[in-house]
Amino acid sequence: MITVRVPSPLRSYTAGAAQVSASGRTVAELLGDLDRSHPGMRFRMIDEQERIRPHIRIFINQREVRALNEGLSATDEVHLICALSGG
Amino acid sequence: MATTLWIGTRKGLFSLRPDARRRTWRLSGPQMLGHIIHHVVQDPREPRRLALAAKTGHLGPTVYLSIDRGRHWQEAKSPPAFRKAGEGEPPRAVERVFWLTPGNPSEPGAWYAGSSPAGLFRSEDHGLHWQPVAGFNDHPMFPKWAAGLRTPDGELLHSVRVDPRNARHLYLAISIGGVFESTDGGADWAPLNEGVAADFLPDPKVAYGHDPHCVILHPGQPDRLYQQNHCGSYRLDRPARRWVRIGERMPKHIGDIGFPIVAHPRDPDTVWVFPMDGSKVWPRTSIDGKPAVYRSRTGGRSWQRLAAGLPRAQAWFTVLRQAMCADEAPRVGLYFGTTQGEVWASIDEGESWRCLARHLPEIYSLTYAS
Repeated sequence: MITVRVPSPLRSYTAGAAQVSASGRTVAELLGDLDRSHPGMRFRMIDEQERIRPHIRIFINQREVRALNEGLSATDEVHLICALSGG
Repeated sequence: MATTLWIGTRKGLFSLRPDARRRTWRLSGPQMLGHIIHHVVQDPREPRRLALAAKTGHLGPTVYLSIDRGRHWQEAKSPPAFRKAGEGEPPRAVERVFWLTPGNPSEPGAWYAGSSPAGLFRSEDHGLHWQPVAGFNDHPMFPKWAAGLRTPDGELLHSVRVDPRNARHLYLAISIGGVFESTDGGADWAPLNEGVAADFLPDPKVAYGHDPHCVILHPGQPDRLYQQNHCGSYRLDRPARRWVRIGERMPKHIGDIGFPIVAHPRDPDTVWVFPMDGSKVWPRTSIDGKPAVYRSRTGGRSWQRLAAGLPRAQAWFTVLRQAMCADEAPRVGLYFGTTQGEVWASIDEGESWRCLARHLPEIYSLTYAS
């Protein structure tokens, strides 16, 4: 299982948990698994054209990814980040 | 009599509840603090149900639903979203759900939603699941009708109106794009903009490309429509197709520019507007810093200024298109919210005003729920 760090705006989907576990060989699969466990979470981050929303960033360990087909290994840690969006 | 005024703001949801005489109001909230609430709408077919259009600064758009008059909210299971773009098609994604409209009484679970960028969506299960309305979103003329001319808040599809006599008869409006009508349940659409000015276009007599700010349909006389447009206020009595500019009867120094237009719940000839400055660089504030509501009792043939109780000077109100409403009391209550976070009320059809709440976040939507 991969550790996923969840930012505060998305914790309404994780019953307040800042860290959850999910599985997947790619970021897309991981987000799909997250959405099965926490329904509705994925659409708040990924639009209907499979693009990461403008104020969301996804990091694998320390590296930001822009494509959902990026590969994952079981030792990775995924950080979901809400980028600053103004006042 | 108003039971609840729902206040959708840029930072959350609030409500005001009156006593029996509408003299004392109790402010509650915030709910969903930090959420951007574009519209809150009660289902008149089943008044315990409400729907709310929301997003946050970071997260994508969604819809929340209540089945207990707003005490608790549940998120839609599949919020409004465009279909996946085909090969070579521009990818469209809902940035915000901007408008919500309950369907016809003959379709108990039906709702419509309008989005930015312009898109029309329908739910058949009280808002839990939403589907794009292909007849509009994929209409061959859609790229021209919704050409991507953005308002400062984006391209907005709003004012979805359902004929209470006929579920298949629909209207909608796009800022910027114009007013459109369907008589077959949304399968096909046609522009309905004849007579409406589009002063900002090279050809002001175009068939579409207008900027309707708010379109209403009188509930008791559904063939009577009013429109507050970027270029004036109008009335249309169907089956006519040519709008009549009723704003020309407004005082010239006030003009007929604004965002909301509100119908009397019973008298189709009574309508209220909140004029704003549309001159020069379009400040969109109350004229000369002296806010006033204007009322017509004659279907727009004459207008009366209503400013008693409102600030007399240096009050630069902006009232957005969803932020003014009427209740259903025998002597109708009228309410508006400002972008400065104030709620103002009149319980005598606009004759006198008082402030019900101050210091709220920027108000996007003010709606009455029975």
